[in-house]
Amino acid sequence: MDWSFIGAHVPDYLEGAWVTLRFGLYGVLCSLAVGVLCCLVRYFRIPVLRQVAAGYVELARNTPLLVQLFFLYAGLPRVGIRLSAEACAVIGLTFLGGGYMAEAFRSGLDAVDRSQAEAGACIGLTPAQNIRYVIFPQALATAVPAVFANVIFLIKETSVFSVLAMMDLMNVADTLRTGGGRTVEVLFMLAAAYLLILLPVSVAATLVERRLRYAGFGDSRPV
Amino acid sequence: MQGLGIHVLFEGINFQRLLGGLWVTLRLALITIGLSCVFGLLFALLMLSRKPAAKVFCRVWLEIVRFMPQLVLLYIVYFGFARIFGWDLDGETSAVLVFTFWGAAEMGDLIRGALTSIPRHQAESAAALGLRKSQVYRYVLIPQTLRRLTPQAINLSTRIIKTTALVKMINVAEVLKVGQQIIGQFYRQPDAAFWVYFVIFLLYFLVCWPFSVLSGYLEKRWA
Amino acid sequence: MSEPILRVQDIRKSFDGSGVLRGVSLEIREGEVVVIVGPSGCGKSTLLRCINGLETIDSGEIRLHNEVISGRKKDLHLVRQKIGMVFQSYDLFPHMKVMDNLLLGPVRALGRPREEVEKEALQMLDRVGLREKADVYPRTLSGGQKQRVALVRAMLMNPELLLLDEITAALDPEMVSEVLNVVIDLARGGMTMAIVTHEMRFAEAVADRILFLEDGVILEESDPETFFHSPKTERAARFLQSFTYASRRDGAEKQSKNNPQG
Repeated sequence: MDWSFIGAHVPDYLEGAWVTLRFGLYGVLCSLAVGVLCCLVRYFRIPVLRQVAAGYVELARNTPLLVQLFFLYAGLPRVGIRLSAEACAVIGLTFLGGGYMAEAFRSGLDAVDRSQAEAGACIGLTPAQNIRYVIFPQALATAVPAVFANVIFLIKETSVFSVLAMMDLMNVADTLRTGGGRTVEVLFMLAAAYLLILLPVSVAATLVERRLRYAGFGDSRPV
Repeated sequence: MQGLGIHVLFEGINFQRLLGGLWVTLRLALITIGLSCVFGLLFALLMLSRKPAAKVFCRVWLEIVRFMPQLVLLYIVYFGFARIFGWDLDGETSAVLVFTFWGAAEMGDLIRGALTSIPRHQAESAAALGLRKSQVYRYVLIPQTLRRLTPQAINLSTRIIKTTALVKMINVAEVLKVGQQIIGQFYRQPDAAFWVYFVIFLLYFLVCWPFSVLSGYLEKRWA
Repeated sequence: MSEPILRVQDIRKSFDGSGVLRGVSLEIREGEVVVIVGPSGCGKSTLLRCINGLETIDSGEIRLHNEVISGRKKDLHLVRQKIGMVFQSYDLFPHMKVMDNLLLGPVRALGRPREEVEKEALQMLDRVGLREKADVYPRTLSGGQKQRVALVRAMLMNPELLLLDEITAALDPEMVSEVLNVVIDLARGGMTMAIVTHEMRFAEAVADRILFLEDGVILEESDPETFFHSPKTERAARFLQSFTYASRRDGAEKQSKNNPQG
């Protein structure tokens, strides 16, 4: 292992990590928004939109991100829709992640007893208040582990951004590998970089889940 | 050339070529799924063993798999192993190796989860009926484990199918690569790329979606 | 006599083609306690659920203070602010402490100031013997305690009518009376209530009027004295008889009073 090579290229990796992290984060945030939206549409059984959401979730969950990105980045421009690499990255990750987040939230909502909504209605809450104060907090608590699992999954999936013209971690590594031939060092740093990004996320997930369990307001139900 | 670019798919044997490319990844996925089941069972038994060393070994394995993007693992094996061990693996071998390394750990964790999810009193009450230990497994524990496991294992299988799309990145001539070749031949048809990638997207969906539906159905039925 | 608070006129409701309510009419006057009894599946719970709009009705009309409330959708929450309901399954909100459970409706739905409601809530908790539980999560309470909190939660909305749907059905036997005593206390205070219950002795003690519901129609309507001791219909007599059998198996001390015809 050539440590001086590694030391010399830390800045390159930092830049790559920043790209990966930034667009990963945008993707995750947009996914959360799309997920909540889909979930609400299905919860309130809004006609038409509800079927659209269901179809979208299936499409998103049953196709690889790589293929989605090829379609966005190399397919769409041919019919006049030109998107930058960055836009493709965020849109692609959101398309994928929105479906996964929607499912996570839905399983959270399913876990909330229907009678809770009735009890909320019976003390005169409006449907919106009912969602906000009664249903959603409980659904969220159940959904948190799945949501964190999705966040980790999505950040891992950002490695596929390397097919786009953007200097994310994978492309930084690839450029160094093909340029200098220090394959072992290059790959070592790549793996280390992903580990350093994902470890804090995983620790945060454990902490939040533990807190929710200790607060333990719910009846203990088997996971 | 005029008209919609979708016709390029029906020129000559283009569509068959595309399906052939899809089969390359599907075959890899099937091999991976088979191997993952076998090694997953071993992995689960290892996780459940009383030896602390075995547990730590599994834990570390599982964490690596959870933290490392599959693409990074592919790079390490495909580009790295030649340098580190002098093994010059081809793309397909690397893919099976990496995806099995990942799939076995995930499958093992699912099997472990399914096994431990069965309440202790199920085995106890079966034993109280005078069943022999083998009978307890045969009639009570294994059927319940399979019911819990099957939907999740099918889910993992669709994930494996989707993930094998990544072999594109290590120069395996799979469906995206074939698609690019077709687009290259028909470079005068400007919207060919749009249709080719769109059809690949749909093909993946058509392969994965039935598994998702089946998994969802079994989950509901056996819940 | 005063105008009825609630007037239910010939309501019908069916699930999947089978009629659960087949033309039910009733009136409840201010301060009156009406107890609805009948065999399981006779439509008692559905009747209560229709009254506060948890189920839509197929035909008929429900009026609260002469204002039609059935068939409304948009401002149903305004109706429910006037009609309280407590269920068999308590349905406290598990993610909120007892006090927050109590405040949610009055503060959010009615927009009352928090401090004022809090004071009132503490008084009410005190009245049901749970003042020291204001700061705990519901999961730490026993079933009887949960149900008393649920009653307080409903009462804090100052409802004009309170619907109680088998509120002791999920309770361990020794906790039944602690809950029902609260209800009797409310009845003494003049609360207007419609109660569905299987506790016949409680029904007799608390009711001004008994409605006997079977197969989705009201078969008998009498004062408790008449209903429990000389029911007018043969079906009501048979229904009451079934409790006697159950009572004999339970033990000797429970029989006697409920037994209509010896």
